[in-house]
Amino acid sequence: MLRKKECVAMLLAGGQGSRLYALTSNIAKPAVSFGAKYRIIDFPLSNCINSGIDTVGVLTQYQPLILNEYVGNGQPWDLDRTFGGVHILSPYEAKQSTSWYKGTANAIYQNIRFMKMYDPDYVLILSGDHIYKMDYDKMLKAHKEAGAACTIACMEVPLKEASRFGILNTNPDGSIYEFEEKPAKPKSNLASMGIYIFSADKLFKYLELDEKDPKSENDFGKNVLPAMLNAGEKMFSYRFDGYWKDVGTISSLLEANMDLLGVTPKFDLDDQDFVIHSRSPLSPPAYVEGDVKNSIVANGCDIEGDIINSVIGTNCIVEAGATVKDSVLMGNITVKKGAMVNYSIIDEEVTIGENAVIGAVKEEACKVESKTAGITVLGRGITVKKGGKVSAGEIVDKDV
Amino acid sequence: MASTVGVIFSSINDENVPELTRVRSMGSVPYGGRYRLIDFALSNMVNSGITTVGVITKQNYQSLMDHLGTGKDWDLARKEGGLILLPPYSDESETLYKGRLEALKGATSFLKKCKQDYVVLSDSDSVYKLDYSDVIKFHEEKNADITLVYHEHQVSKSRYYVTFETANDGRITDLCINPIAKGVKKNYINVMVARTSFLLNLIQDAIQHGYNSFGRDILVPGVKNMRLFGYKMNGYYANIDSLVAYFNSNMDLLKKDIRYEVFGNRDVYTKVNDSAPAKFTDGAVVKNSLISDGCLIEGTVENCILFRGVKIGKGAVVKNCILMTDNYVGHDCNLSYVVSDKNTIIRDNRVLAGCELQPYFIGKGSLI
Repeated sequence: MLRKKECVAMLLAGGQGSRLYALTSNIAKPAVSFGAKYRIIDFPLSNCINSGIDTVGVLTQYQPLILNEYVGNGQPWDLDRTFGGVHILSPYEAKQSTSWYKGTANAIYQNIRFMKMYDPDYVLILSGDHIYKMDYDKMLKAHKEAGAACTIACMEVPLKEASRFGILNTNPDGSIYEFEEKPAKPKSNLASMGIYIFSADKLFKYLELDEKDPKSENDFGKNVLPAMLNAGEKMFSYRFDGYWKDVGTISSLLEANMDLLGVTPKFDLDDQDFVIHSRSPLSPPAYVEGDVKNSIVANGCDIEGDIINSVIGTNCIVEAGATVKDSVLMGNITVKKGAMVNYSIIDEEVTIGENAVIGAVKEEACKVESKTAGITVLGRGITVKKGGKVSAGEIVDKDV
Repeated sequence: MASTVGVIFSSINDENVPELTRVRSMGSVPYGGRYRLIDFALSNMVNSGITTVGVITKQNYQSLMDHLGTGKDWDLARKEGGLILLPPYSDESETLYKGRLEALKGATSFLKKCKQDYVVLSDSDSVYKLDYSDVIKFHEEKNADITLVYHEHQVSKSRYYVTFETANDGRITDLCINPIAKGVKKNYINVMVARTSFLLNLIQDAIQHGYNSFGRDILVPGVKNMRLFGYKMNGYYANIDSLVAYFNSNMDLLKKDIRYEVFGNRDVYTKVNDSAPAKFTDGAVVKNSLISDGCLIEGTVENCILFRGVKIGKGAVVKNCILMTDNYVGHDCNLSYVVSDKNTIIRDNRVLAGCELQPYFIGKGSLI
């Protein structure tokens, strides 16, 4: 029997994530911390293994160091395999030319040989910046039943937000008759989630056609999908009605973190039937002495201050008399005594000095006009000195 | 460091804590919220640069095997050496071993294959941090035959322990295997170092002469006919020789200095589980406690060690308790001085109490 994989996943993890500002100055967006002990990439990788897909190419380009180290040999996701498993695919030098990944389609095109090693029948294309739990196998079944060339996962979004997405216009049977990338006047509210299943032969065919077209931007949404539709290929929508969040902006990242709180949260991480795997750090349990309300706290923390409506990542120290409210502390952060952190996202390895004041209370901060909608952001590794102050909505990536 | 192989006895003093070892061996007794007792000896070995470790098992070792797996979490999944389980009946023996010496007989074929010059032996019923390479350096300097590691502390109750006295140079001058005297003593912590070839000869000799007690037949006469040295270990040491000792040692972790000494460097390795971070609701009141991933706290928790996945219901008050993995405490329960083994369900409104000298123990998988 020839060794092959029915479905290979390709995870686009090369984007810069410029709308996350200081949070992605040194790391790729999929490596950004989320939910106290995870990184964004844990979600698509866990989805893959929970859907029975054990061969994943991770396409990296922008600041891949931390991402590469984090993914490693894929063991935390059971993706260390002798045949298949997770592979980091960075741009490489070839005999004829050397090139960076130009667009999403070009990135996949440059790795056709990787996919062909597994002789797949189907290829699943994923993005590395979404928080969701999804069984891709159900989508694959739908793809097979419809006999489609391409199936696009989609969900309903509020019509006023629809122009931020690729919008699918569908027939009653779910087949797609029109695809509009970020339309000014959307005809429907069915948004593409950036998750595609292609029949492999069709994907390879249209990627090669797209590559030959000098006018193409080599983007799935803008070029490849419309080209397939124009050529009369069978394209279907696959409706998803679970939790899904694009965490490409500061406010959506904060919101998605807050969606984890509560006994019945909008997004449940403690789901025994669908475990989100991660490279769990080796830390002892959290020591808690302070007042912790409506929050989640990861292992390794030492909490003697007050924590309200917040997400506290691994190995954070919050000293007595300090308060953290409506905020996300990513990991390895020290908040010294008397400091106040409000409505902020604090990146890893930050030290906040005694009596420092970060951000303003949520109700006031929300009214502040800023790129981050009032949320204060402290970038990786900075130190805020004793008594230092960072106003609501500010983004800081140097010591203050 | 000189090339060294480690040997861990995972099941040697199981009878000391029958409550916890009914369903497992000593080495896999849960400890400190996310660890098992064997993690300390094993991590010490790894942190001392030892990459070949044999773990001698006896009975009830399914949970230990499940915990250790391939040894990957200790970086001991290796082609050369790594973690090697040494179950009973796997050598030439036809009966289950009784004492330490018989257990070592079963490990001779493993030790013979090892090329390492030195061997470190450790039990797995203690919480301690020790760099064995320091012990081996000491052993070499003293040109010792066997080096025994000791910790000085108050001896209260005479029970399976060994005490000894040393001269100024560290040489052991007297060794008691059933000490009567009370007070601060040099207590052997069941960690020893020898040359691998020396230990193998010792075992060979013991078989020939029909010896069966390592203490009585080898160490006691060894004071005269061998170069036995004592190496002093400083720092935190807890021997889990009773349920009360187990309780107290867990509670020690709530003291900041001890917690930082044991875990400060994040170098105690254990099996990793992917539980979600701990969740606290608006009704949560937590004081002076260790809370692991996967916990859901809706009630009051004080001076407790909560393992992974413990759920504390609304209005429940839990004080001075150790609740192991996946304990469920219903709403309005009141628990104090309870040690509850894994997967226990305590129904709503239950009131359970032990006391400091007699914690109330609940067996694995109970429904109360």
